[in-house]
Amino acid sequence: MAAYETQGFSLDDSGRRVVVDPVTRIEGHMRVEVNLDENNVIRNAVSTGTMWRGLEVILKGRDPRDAWAFTERICGVCTGTHALTSVRAVEDALGIEIPENANSIRNIMQLTLQVHDHLVHFYHLHALDWVDVVSALSADPKATSQLAQSISSWPNSSPGYFRDVQSRLKKFVESGQLGPFMNGYWGNPAYKLPPEANLMAVTHYLEALDFQKEIVKIHTIFGGKNPHPNWLVGGMPCAINLDGVGAVGAINMERLNMVAGIIDRSIEFIDQVYLPDLKAIASFYKDWTHGGGLAGLSVMSYGDIPDRANDHSAANLMLPRGAIIDGDLTRVHEVDLRDPEQIQEFVTHSWYRYADERKGLHPWDGVTEPNFELGPKTRGERTRIESLDEEGKYSWIKSPRWRGHAMEVGPLARYVIGYVQGKPEFKEPVDRLLSDLGLPLEAIFSTLGRTAARGLEASWAAHKMRYFFDKMIGNIKAGDTATANVGKWSPDKWPAEAKGVGFSEAPRGALGHWIRIRDGRIENYQAVVPTTWNGSPRDHKGQIGAFEAALMNTPMAVADQPLEILRTLHSFDPCLACSTHVMSPDGQEMSRVQVR
Amino acid sequence: MTETFYEVLRRQGITRRSFLKFCSLTATSLGLGSTAVPRIAHALETRPRTPVLWLHGLECTCCSESFIRSAHPLTKDVVLSMLSLDYDDTLMAAAGHQAEAILEEVRAKYKGNYIVAVEGNPPLNEDGMFCIQSGRPFVEKLRETAADCKAIISWGSCASWGCVQAARPNPTRATPVHKVIHDKPIIKVPGCPPIAEVMTGVVTYMLTFDRIPELDRQGRPKMFYGQRIHDKCYRRPHFDAGQFVEQWDDENARRGYCLYKVGCKGPTTYNACSTVRWNEGVSFPIQSGHGCIGCSEDGFWDKGAFYDRLTDIQQFGVEKNADEVGLAAAGAVGAAVAAHAAASALSRLRSRPGTDQPKGED
Repeated sequence: MAAYETQGFSLDDSGRRVVVDPVTRIEGHMRVEVNLDENNVIRNAVSTGTMWRGLEVILKGRDPRDAWAFTERICGVCTGTHALTSVRAVEDALGIEIPENANSIRNIMQLTLQVHDHLVHFYHLHALDWVDVVSALSADPKATSQLAQSISSWPNSSPGYFRDVQSRLKKFVESGQLGPFMNGYWGNPAYKLPPEANLMAVTHYLEALDFQKEIVKIHTIFGGKNPHPNWLVGGMPCAINLDGVGAVGAINMERLNMVAGIIDRSIEFIDQVYLPDLKAIASFYKDWTHGGGLAGLSVMSYGDIPDRANDHSAANLMLPRGAIIDGDLTRVHEVDLRDPEQIQEFVTHSWYRYADERKGLHPWDGVTEPNFELGPKTRGERTRIESLDEEGKYSWIKSPRWRGHAMEVGPLARYVIGYVQGKPEFKEPVDRLLSDLGLPLEAIFSTLGRTAARGLEASWAAHKMRYFFDKMIGNIKAGDTATANVGKWSPDKWPAEAKGVGFSEAPRGALGHWIRIRDGRIENYQAVVPTTWNGSPRDHKGQIGAFEAALMNTPMAVADQPLEILRTLHSFDPCLACSTHVMSPDGQEMSRVQVR
Repeated sequence: MTETFYEVLRRQGITRRSFLKFCSLTATSLGLGSTAVPRIAHALETRPRTPVLWLHGLECTCCSESFIRSAHPLTKDVVLSMLSLDYDDTLMAAAGHQAEAILEEVRAKYKGNYIVAVEGNPPLNEDGMFCIQSGRPFVEKLRETAADCKAIISWGSCASWGCVQAARPNPTRATPVHKVIHDKPIIKVPGCPPIAEVMTGVVTYMLTFDRIPELDRQGRPKMFYGQRIHDKCYRRPHFDAGQFVEQWDDENARRGYCLYKVGCKGPTTYNACSTVRWNEGVSFPIQSGHGCIGCSEDGFWDKGAFYDRLTDIQQFGVEKNADEVGLAAAGAVGAAVAAHAAASALSRLRSRPGTDQPKGED
């Protein structure tokens, strides 16, 4: 590759190549390769999705009412969001309206996922990029207690509490069996927290591990289990029965009280532990401004959380909807998932084959024929890759583009769009956080900005759970206990042909499912998911994806320790099982794969 | 440097009294009765923390997510005090070659004495390159890592049966672990995902008793997979009384009647959902109004639509089917003997720590 310019970035692959495979603390499997210049600054980035499951081809010919269960298994981390998107796609295709209670329950479940997923991401997948576990061993528990009490009223904050955790940790480390902390990058100069902040964060790592299992009980109450709760085309399967015979077998007062209690405790944990920790950690990394990538250029959100049931217009969606391109923060473009000119997927650098690879295809007309071939400059062999050739095909992820633009999606995209639209719910918390940290607005376009937006959104989502819970109670009080609309449950009430689209804002960003139904069966199913957007390889024009862009120009403290790379990739919360599965419209090509 | 579980607990400030209480709770939760308490205590007092290498193939990570939901024991305590989770790409701090070096190190240092836990499965089409790790097919990593382990836990329906990516037409030829590894004891813990406390229950059983649990003919622990959801379902009386949900959200749904007519697969699904329940016993699918989709059964994705009524049971024909199940169980006795043989082989290996696995012993 000669050096070239794209989207304002100068790519140059002349320096030392560093390979990170596997990228850990993500969902699924991913590889990244970068070139470092003589100052250990990243001048070229290549991100690769390294798994493919072919889920949508498996859906072909099945009952559309079952699709939610299949697509839910796209991802067990963002569990439920694919199921929700799937039932929306089927309902859109068949013109099914759902009851208000079902809308509230679905929103509560989707918000539960946002809260849970963001919390677990921050503490268990991302924190170790900022927090040095070994440094925590040398902290003064008293100073840690003072720090904790200065930033939050969370009661677990005495010197003795932190001393106990530290002593447990010390003995764990002394045992020589370091478990998940083995071979970490402890002592790397890119870690900036003082020991006290490290001890506080490690303590909350353990506390959050205990607490996260409480949040998901909301899924269990309404959906029977978590991960992978149950959903229903036309509503929700959990009937409401407050005081009639058999109420103990339905959503009753005891169940509602449990949900209410969990919502309150989630709000407390997010606002008293997660947000203060986020702010405290960020205050030590204010100078680390890297990782902006596409965040200040091209971001997109489909919107989600419909206030009233069955209205998917932007005005009724509580999470913002729209697209910003070319860094023009004065204009939010309308996004239409049905328009064949807007969302298109390219495969020039993906392990798939199109008849004409210079053209993109809208998901309703998508083609997927696996084609695992490596470029001529690949080092190693076909099943023993040392380094990839990004001029050829190099990923199992396709390259979706919005009107030709590579886009970033996710919490930061949602907050940027909400901010530009002037929505106080999104603008005010951002302004407050930036002012508390003494940072300008541009600081939000960074790795840290992505991580901060996720935290703000967790709090937003926790409070919105309360809103929908109260709304549901009000609705029940008014006499409406319906949870499912079965008017079109039976396939004999469906048209011979139908197509629909369902969308949501998954924790990681904009998620869309496109379905075609013929004679009561799935004819075509296509999902374009957040990590397909963020993790996309180059396209036919050489435009890089959001992961690749975000890694550009980042200096590494120790070339051999990919701490900064992990930090920026994790700020997107990559989900690779989601990103890498697509199908052909007719399934014909797939049979060839099968006989290999 | 290898400390016993008991030593770790003591050094972490846990008293002997609490330790024995823990042993007693463990015995109770495993349904073992008080006579087992001294044996559990002895085992935990003398055993170092067993390394666990948790590999991920084609999967969705729901098994890991379920595992961290465990309430008894808490995941925190499992990871810090009960086993040594030396490799798990979802949680580990290291990445790239620093992560992969751990596999080599544990293999060499704990030869024959570590457990491989597998979430997901290897695809065999495209030379295995539908799942690439460190530039190589996952199936190679799986084979190499399994070569020196003492046992394999197949987490969830992916590793146990193939699950969703192996559903018709299985485009990647996703293949369950036991069809790739033939010379190791394999414990299948199916479900999509398995229940958290079933996962930690199986692993703590193995660590506590240094043996694999008694398995059924299909390789599942009998203690959790020995009975059908229907057998212990709290809505069973409605089934027997002929009281069914006819349609979603009808009067019968609100009364909590049986979900058989709307497709519940509880009568043919072996799992602990109706007894252990989910997320600290809060509920399980049937209790929340949706039928069981049979997610712990082999090939459940291809056994008809989820809302189709089961046709191989009749309302009053259940006992006939139970008899058939009884016949199958008789066959399972042979499997149990085989499982015991495997367990004995395992303990023979354990008695010679550090020695190489004799070729062909399994």
